[in-house]
Amino acid sequence: MMGKLNASNAVAALLCAALILLPLYSAATGNIFILTLFTRIAIFALAAASLNLIMGYGGMMSFGHAAYLGIGGYAVGILAAEGIGSGFIQWPVALAVSALFALLIGALSLRTRGVYFIMITLAFAQMAYYVASALSRYGGDDGLTVYKRSDFAGLINLSDRNQFYYLCLACLFGGLYLIWRIVNSRFGLVVQGVRSNEQRMQAIGFHANRYRLVCFVISGTICGLAGALLANNTDFVSPAVMYWTRSGDLMVMVILGGMGSLFGPVIGAIVYLLLEELLSQFTEYSGLILGPVLLLIVLFARGGIMGLLGRMSRG
Amino acid sequence: MYLVVEQLLNGLQFGLLLFLLAAGLTLVFGIMDFVNLAHGSLYMMGAYFAATFVAWTGSFVLGALMALGATLLLGIVLEYVALRHLYGRDHLDQVLATFGLILFFNDAVRLIWGPAGLALPLPAWLTVPVQIIPGVYYPAYRLMIILVALAVAAMLYLVVMRTRVGMLIRAGASNREMIGALGINIKLLFTLVFGLGAALAGLAGLMQAPILTVQIGMGENILILAFVIIVIGGIGSIRGAFMAALFVGIIDTMGRAFLPDLLRKVLSGAAASTAAPALSSMLIYLLMAIILVLRPEGLFPAAKR
Repeated sequence: MMGKLNASNAVAALLCAALILLPLYSAATGNIFILTLFTRIAIFALAAASLNLIMGYGGMMSFGHAAYLGIGGYAVGILAAEGIGSGFIQWPVALAVSALFALLIGALSLRTRGVYFIMITLAFAQMAYYVASALSRYGGDDGLTVYKRSDFAGLINLSDRNQFYYLCLACLFGGLYLIWRIVNSRFGLVVQGVRSNEQRMQAIGFHANRYRLVCFVISGTICGLAGALLANNTDFVSPAVMYWTRSGDLMVMVILGGMGSLFGPVIGAIVYLLLEELLSQFTEYSGLILGPVLLLIVLFARGGIMGLLGRMSRG
Repeated sequence: MYLVVEQLLNGLQFGLLLFLLAAGLTLVFGIMDFVNLAHGSLYMMGAYFAATFVAWTGSFVLGALMALGATLLLGIVLEYVALRHLYGRDHLDQVLATFGLILFFNDAVRLIWGPAGLALPLPAWLTVPVQIIPGVYYPAYRLMIILVALAVAAMLYLVVMRTRVGMLIRAGASNREMIGALGINIKLLFTLVFGLGAALAGLAGLMQAPILTVQIGMGENILILAFVIIVIGGIGSIRGAFMAALFVGIIDTMGRAFLPDLLRKVLSGAAASTAAPALSSMLIYLLMAIILVLRPEGLFPAAKR
């Protein structure tokens, strides 16, 4: 998939360049808002990319992926509230807790398939949502304010708009690189093989569920990283981050951009969040347009935006 | 003791209401293999229609009947305009499209009825407490919900098990291609089933409306419960949905009512008051997770395809 010049790759390359140069544009025009918006977009793109790893390549439709956003976020928020401000502690903890949670959820959920899998992942995310709502010491329903962003011993200043943006972008690119490496590794090929024909992979001697589980845990961990970024971005974390419609948003980003394509979720996140933002400036009833747009995309643009680009470059 | 009876009835009432919602969902899912996230929106629309029509007509019963008809119509239009093009598609496509519909309906309601919730007042004859067993009184309206829902459940059972349409529905659930091959107008059948599902969701919404505030997004929480029910019961199984709905309704209600006291007996006060609300909200999901881990296809799996 690399090296070939086609519409999808050209778009991906342009996109990366534009994302990297964005702070220059923002500084030149004095448009700070666009930088804030794209910081948010980069974070959600990372979360959507992590969902794409299991959904697009592994065939596991997790409808509870926002749970890891919340878990990563709460790890940072709770540690900050307890006076541990160092990112060198906060972030590894956020990753470890997300990984652990993903391991538990994955081990139980992977006993089911199809719609049952969708529902059981949703159930676990709802449990996490209610646990967070009950943490009265840490804000409960109202959420937890993160008064101080993660401190990286002066190496990066997360309160600096540009530095934080580049940190988010670096995490996004790092995550995408990792996913690309995984998908093209032997391990990733087995996972994709299990998606298309589980019995055959079993027959060849692969323990299908073990591969699936490892993939699920990696995905949850990457999403936990996005959660840690999100808590730093909004200086706030609340149970609402984990509510099922949030998981729905992530799913929409993946399908909108193009499931099973590396840059699909990034494009999906950009289009979805930009659309939401633009529409909300014209009308307070953005759903009236956004909803039917989603419907039309499903009806007329199968394979999402990347699929559309792929057809354009072939046809 | 009276408290237990009362909460048991509340649980029964909630469970039956959930059944109305879950029945439509499981029919549409089982027969058309269609995942409809917008089912909760139809529930919400039922409640809004009821609040509007009852205010217009001044009659609770008339308004409710009109709301029922309106939701039925809305369901049919929705199926005809958009959703019928999504049958046979990937479940994910359906999830995305109907997620879009949720966004649409929420903002449409906000545009038409405004952001503040509505209240649907009950007529005086439905607010009196009824003595069900000596010394135990129960609100008449909640009793009515129980009776209506039981009647609808019985009717649904008869229609599905004893009529020709029901036979086609059951045939469709186990083999969709076959009924098409038999020369049945499958498109019409699907439209009818979808309309029926919408009407059931609307009925649940309009009956719930006087108990809760009618508000935007009211369908989202309860939709997930309905999904939990059809998954626990086994997708496509009406009987499974019925049992699971009662199960979920009663456990949820009883959990909320009695779990805090129970926990206080074993835990310290502070720990209990933190854990109780979380645990009682989680109970249903915990239950579903356990059931799915033990029986990955639900409790009453429908006939294999």
